[in-house]
Amino acid sequence: MTNILHIVVCAGIVPDPLQTLEPVTTPAGPGLKNEMVLPAVLDPWAACALYEAASLAARNPGSKLWLVSLGPKAKLQQVMMTVAQKVAFELVPIDGPIGGFPDAHSTAAVLAETIAALPGLDRAKLLLFGGWESATRGAGVTLQLVGERLGISDQFQGVDEISLRDDGSFEVLERVEGGKHQVSVCTGAPAVLGWATGNMSEPRNNPQIGMNNMRTIMPALQKAKAAKLEANGLSYISVSLPKQQRETRVVKDMTPDQIAAELVEWIGAE
Amino acid sequence: METILVLTHADESGSALSKASMEAVTAGKELAARLSATLTIGIVAADAAAVARSLASAGARLFAVSGEAYAQARYASDVVAAEALCRAARATIVLAPGTSRFTRVAAGVAHRLGGFIDTHITALGGKETVEATRWFYRQRVEAVISRDVRPWFLLLDAGTHAAFAGTSQPVQIEQVAVELPALRTTVSGFRAPQQGQQTIRPDAKMLLVAGAGWTKKQPDGQVHVTEAGELILGFLRATGASLGSSKSLVDQGGEGESVLPFLTHLNQIGQTGSTPRHQKGLSTCCHGEEPHVVGWRFIGERRAISLDPNCGWTRGKADVVYVADAFPVMAKVNELLEAKKA
Repeated sequence: MTNILHIVVCAGIVPDPLQTLEPVTTPAGPGLKNEMVLPAVLDPWAACALYEAASLAARNPGSKLWLVSLGPKAKLQQVMMTVAQKVAFELVPIDGPIGGFPDAHSTAAVLAETIAALPGLDRAKLLLFGGWESATRGAGVTLQLVGERLGISDQFQGVDEISLRDDGSFEVLERVEGGKHQVSVCTGAPAVLGWATGNMSEPRNNPQIGMNNMRTIMPALQKAKAAKLEANGLSYISVSLPKQQRETRVVKDMTPDQIAAELVEWIGAE
Repeated sequence: METILVLTHADESGSALSKASMEAVTAGKELAARLSATLTIGIVAADAAAVARSLASAGARLFAVSGEAYAQARYASDVVAAEALCRAARATIVLAPGTSRFTRVAAGVAHRLGGFIDTHITALGGKETVEATRWFYRQRVEAVISRDVRPWFLLLDAGTHAAFAGTSQPVQIEQVAVELPALRTTVSGFRAPQQGQQTIRPDAKMLLVAGAGWTKKQPDGQVHVTEAGELILGFLRATGASLGSSKSLVDQGGEGESVLPFLTHLNQIGQTGSTPRHQKGLSTCCHGEEPHVVGWRFIGERRAISLDPNCGWTRGKADVVYVADAFPVMAKVNELLEAKKA
């Protein structure tokens, strides 16, 4: 027996992790230097959520998968050229600011309003997915706030696994302190799941999936609604790069035994 | 005048407040003293009276939500408990530990109270206002923020304040009544990684970071994964250190390459992993930005063993880089540590 699920994945776009970031002041507040030209990728933990969602939807025929993403249209289009080749989804783009400095509450309000208005969405079947933290703001609150706004009181964060049962209930593993998982059983949708890495590898690019996705992605991007994010009293007193630069001693002329002896002395009594 | 509420919860045993909660109490006391604000403490626990004893000398009014439903961390029950405590205290500023339990619910509570939240706070400053320090872009950019709206929730990162240590004695607490909604989620317990041996130890003084180099071909043209695993586990046994890993090493399992069987994504540090706090860190066979920049941000003393003398990511990030093969070095380190123990 399968369960029909309506899975909505919230995923932002972030600068490629290998890029050097430099904060600057803009008329709209803090930002990153050359932010609009930095190569971008789908937020890593949210990408895990997307792949898990696609796998879950594939195992439950009749299920639907939406990807809701807020960012500048041009950057969204760039990122979707890659993401669209991974798994099948319907993109719901929102044209808005990029980066980690806008307020999470405003972001959540826009996302919740968009999700609530999704045509064909059955909230009784809704699993709201996303990354448990973004690689930009990294606050871990946006998804929770979206869930609250949608009236969902079963929320899980740091999720690594969900096992759906025939009766619609599911077991979920959440990361807790000490390298352990908390195991919970929820009676079923609706629920919010903020994903950590999960257990899936990144799917290989599939041009066929990419072509199918792009048929709907391009029109969706053209129709993307613009969103303005309020500051909600948030002000930035300073934004800077960490100043600490260590004087690294590079040791090239010691034998393994000498290095080991120095390390043991440094380690001291644990 | 601000009214500060510190939200706390019991630890896994249920018989004491969590260490991170006691750190938040310290932060609350310091902030209240600086702002001449009223300090209150809220407790969520199955038996709040038992765990509240350690707060007897905190000099704060104590509110509590108690009952079996709060023995476990669950969104639906914790969110109403924390909301009730905030309303009872009429808090304008709410401090809470950034534990998995409160991280799961704090934003929801803030929303229900019409408030706002900022998380991963590493320092609280300011003279007459509250200025909170936090990191953006996975510990790459540091910012100091403030908000002029209330209530303002601030989730504090663990390890940023000393844990409050007062005398333990009976104390008066004010129980706050909560009407629980129908609960759809049942917490059935905890599960450690299937690989068996627990290698993640948040309270350890030292972090050992293992990189992908451990599973690459060695000078004899062969991979030595078993030996690598024994060396790493031997070091953990001898030092009590916690084990972190680069993403590339953990990902190898999904790519059909040789893997260290005790590693999981939970060990991963960096962009899609954790940023642990330890006094000392030793990275081995890591050649990327992730462990050295993102994962090591809150490591005090840092040393690295790397075959690459020009690794740009260790320069300026580590205190010492040993240009050497980690296999013989770590074998000797373990031997010396064992001898020292004996």
